[in-house]
This record gives sequence, C-alpha cells and structure tokens, in this order.
Amino acid sequence: MIITLNPEKDDIPQTNSIDQEQALEIFEKICYTRAFEKQVKKSYDTHDIKCPVYLSVGQEAASATISTFFKPDLIFTQHRGHAYYLSFGGDKDKIVDELLGRDSGCNRGRGGSPGVQDLNIGMIGHHGLIGENVPLAVGAAVGDTTKKVLCVFGDGAAEEDYIFTAMAFAQTHKLQVLFVCEDNDLSILTKKHVRRNWELSDALKAIGMPAVDIPDDPELIAKYVNEFKHKLPAFINCRTCRHLWHVGTGQDGTPRIDRLKEYKQKLIQMGSSSYKLQEIEDQKLQEAETLWRRHLERQ
Amino acid sequence: MAQTLGETIKEITRKHLEENNGIILGQCLSAVGWVNNTVPDTKNIIELPMTDVAGAGIAAGAAITGRRPIFVIRFQDFMFLNSSTLVNYAAKAKQIFNVNVPVFIRALATEGNGTGPVHSGVLHGIFMHMPGFKVCSPMTPGEYKEVWSEFMKSDGPMYVSEHRKSFNQIEEIPDITTTDAEITIYGISTSRFSIVQAIEMLKNEGIKCNFVNILWLKPLKLTERMTEPLLKTGMGLIVDTDFEIAGASQSIAYELMKKTKKYVEALGAMDKSVGTAKRYENGTPSPEKIVAKVKELIEIRKQSNTQ
Repeated sequence: MIITLNPEKDDIPQTNSIDQEQALEIFEKICYTRAFEKQVKKSYDTHDIKCPVYLSVGQEAASATISTFFKPDLIFTQHRGHAYYLSFGGDKDKIVDELLGRDSGCNRGRGGSPGVQDLNIGMIGHHGLIGENVPLAVGAAVGDTTKKVLCVFGDGAAEEDYIFTAMAFAQTHKLQVLFVCEDNDLSILTKKHVRRNWELSDALKAIGMPAVDIPDDPELIAKYVNEFKHKLPAFINCRTCRHLWHVGTGQDGTPRIDRLKEYKQKLIQMGSSSYKLQEIEDQKLQEAETLWRRHLERQ
Repeated sequence: MAQTLGETIKEITRKHLEENNGIILGQCLSAVGWVNNTVPDTKNIIELPMTDVAGAGIAAGAAITGRRPIFVIRFQDFMFLNSSTLVNYAAKAKQIFNVNVPVFIRALATEGNGTGPVHSGVLHGIFMHMPGFKVCSPMTPGEYKEVWSEFMKSDGPMYVSEHRKSFNQIEEIPDITTTDAEITIYGISTSRFSIVQAIEMLKNEGIKCNFVNILWLKPLKLTERMTEPLLKTGMGLIVDTDFEIAGASQSIAYELMKKTKKYVEALGAMDKSVGTAKRYENGTPSPEKIVAKVKELIEIRKQSNTQ
C-alpha cells in the first residue's frame, strides 16, 4: 500500500498504533533527547564544547518512535544524529566526552557531533558529507543480507545525486533497509521549494518502493514503521521542524511547531495524567543536567 | 604451466569469492570479456548499475560487514566519480571511527588505440596524496600475490593501479645492478617494461644502468634495495606511467633525494590531455624517451663535473 498524506493540510488520523506503555516510552525518549540537547546548547554557549554541534531540538520524535518499534542491526545516520544515538541506547558518557573532545569520547574526540557512533548498538558514525551514509547503508545491507539496516538522512541529502541510485539499488536487490528522511524543509536556511519541485517519496513510489510522506507524529510514524519493517526496503519521509540553526545553537524566531508539546497534549487528551507527563519531563531534564555536570566537573 | 598475471588475478578472485565469502562489485563484470578475463564466472558477483558515485559507497558499506570487497573500476579516469566515499569514508574510517573498511580497488588502465581523454589515465598519484590508502602497482603474477596477501591483512582500502598491458605478463621483473652503472632507473607501472628495453638500448651504446622496480608506492619503504644502487651511481631517474607533475615519480624522487642526498629526476606522462588520434597519445614513456632522458642527465653531470 502506498499512501501520501499532505502534512500541511491533512489532519493527522488516529491510528491506534501505539499502546499506553509504548507512548510513554516514546515521550520519555523525546524528553530526554530535548533535555540532553539543551545541555549541549548550554555547554556550547559557555565554550566548554569547542566543536560545531548539530542539534536535534524539535526533531526528536522520529528517532524516539522508530527506536521503539524497529530494532535494526546497523544504523547509519547523518550529521544530526544525537537523537538516534540516545534513543537507540548509545553510551551517554561517551557522547558527552566526544562533544567535549576527549579521548574517552565515542570516537576519541575525532568525530565530534556529526560522527557520534556506538558500535554496541550497531550505529556507524557519519563523516559529515551529506548523504554518503545512504550508499554505505545499502552496501552494508548487500554485504550481509541477514541484517536489518536503518538509514537516516535529511531533505538536503535527498537531493544528492547518489542517493536515489543507491536506494534504487536497494529496491532492485530487495535489501533490508528502512530509509528515513527527516524533512525539516531546510537546507541550512534555504527552503525546499526553492531547491526542487519534487518529493523523494513520489520518485521512490515510481520504482515500486513502499514510500510515505507524513508529519513526525509518533502514531503515524509507528503505523508505517510497523507496516514497512516487514516489506523492506521502504521509505518514510518524515516532516519535522528544526528549532535551532543548522549548526550551532542559534534560533530564528518561534518554531512552527513543537512536537514535544503537541505529543504531550495528545497524550493528555487520550487519558494520560498531565502530572505524570510533567514529572517525566522534569526527571529527564534532571538526568541530563546531572550527566553533563558530572562530566564538566571532571574537566 | 606458468600463469599470466590475468590468470593469477582470476584465480585469486575465484578463491576469494568461493572460499572466503568475499564479494566483487563493479559495472559490466559478467560481460564483454569479464574484465579482460580476470573475473571468474562464480558466486558473490554483484553487478552494479551505472552508479559511478554510489557504487563506491556500496562497496565500502559491504566492507564494513567484513566481506573484503574487490571493487573493479574498468578505467582509472572513472575514479574521479568513484572516489568520494573511498577517500572520505573508507580511507578515514579506521583513524576516525575505528571501523575497518578494507576495499581492494582494482583500478584498471589502458592506453593507445584511441582510448582518448577519459579512458587512458593512470591516477595512482592522487591516491598516494590522500591519507589512509595503501597504493601499489603490480605488474607480475608474484607481485599481485604479494599485494593480495597484504590486502587480506589490511584494515583499510588499497588502491591497486593495474594496467591491461601487463595482463599477459608471466615472468617476474628482476632488479638490475651492474658495476660501473652510471645511473639508477626506478620504474613504476608499465614504465618498467619500457625501462627494460631502454636499458638494453643504452647498453648497446655503452651506458650501463641499474634498474629498481617499485611495487609499493604507499607506504613507500626506502630499503637498501632502493637506496644502495643510487648511492653507488650518484644519480637517479624515476619513470612512471602516471602524470609526472605532482605525481608518484616526483614525490618518490624527492623522498630518495632526501634520504640519499643524491640527485634524482622524474619522468612521467606529460601535463596535457590525451586526444584520440595517435599523435595526441600521452602514455607510458617510451624506451626512446627514457634513453634520451638518461643521456641528458649523464651529459648534465659531465658538464657540471668539468666546470
């Protein structure tokens, strides 16, 4: 089944694809990533972090949801990868030390923010060239056809020449890759409509790949992850909203949407206790703050 | 019966695909002569579509899973499209991410017969320039076996600069050291075949030369085999099939000079594009060209000694 929703116009349907326990797990992951990134921002602004940082603030829902329903053997993300690292259970101490440029970091301080990786969760670091993780992910899937692979990139990378051919190769060979585009409509600050008049999901449908274009609502993501993970390769274009700059911690105006707040509201409407959700949010803030303080004090 | 280099490549590949769970990737492998009959008809062959950029990434991705891929580039000029993931990820992954990405890059060359501007290049020098690659140019069956054995122990990509002119080679190419030699000539890639002929021509004119084969361009090991003949002759010439300017020949000449304090010049392909007509070819320096260069160097030394 191939479905395209117009994320700008269509109401997000109720899919009942998430039970209460899973919903809380997703909410916790969103909150933790948000809290972690806030700490990164703080340390970047105080110059404790001296490398460029690519923050996931506003874009936490995709990784939080995908990691709850899909257990890949290998994960190839792009430069904005903190959220995947954290949601899939990467070592928290090592990502902090990596951002602080320490030898005890996940790449001994050599990969920085775009390169975060943890081989224990199968996550391969990104070197910073957008989209090159796509052929690498496809190559890993052809190298070991027993492994399930998650490949994440952005709407800018979707325009790189080699993306489509690599995905088409995966389609030809029926490789087990779930491709996810975190589409924040921005290449640094250039909007998508300025750059192109086509959607990658349409192009992939044309070659027979299951593909969908949806907002980053956890219920919708869950629905398609659960459906697509049994018919890989497949593609999810996930419309999201980056709150901060492409690189660094700056902000241009009020974000169009805050998925954390939206999801929290949705959970309350569906019967979750607002007190409990607030407690989770506060607790995650506390956890991230404690983690960062502990590492910064070692300096 | 003794094997040719082409047959050796095919046998190594067959063993890798059938016994090591190895993999070979490339365009048009299983047709048009199976890459000059160097690819066996067996399992684990991945035919890539015309994905000259993504293809290298797919090969590197397969390497991450431990398949030790052989990645075939039928003409070295195609490396410009194919090199991004190899240079930027495969070659850097060990140092940055502690991830092994061993890809055996069979970069084939040819020359002459109107092969023209984008099918006749030899480009190993560019890969010497980039960190993380091992670079070699095997021209004999024994050398290819050595190179393969080294690859199987390697954690990163290896650029194997092949040339179709060598595929029928059966014999090893020995170094030559002669007493009273006037110059030491070093050879890379197919220039080694030209040098062997040039040395015979020079011998007939009473000029004796040493000859040293260079298989490994990077890492370059300046062993006694490399330096001793030069120390004796006091002058050297490096001949390469790749471009001379900023290439392997100039780079190795500099390294040898630094090590021995003896004068070494470089001779490689000229700094010009190749046209299809014969008069626009720019291939391996010919024996005649090498002879002329050697005589020129000897003359320069003679004059400077008399001054």
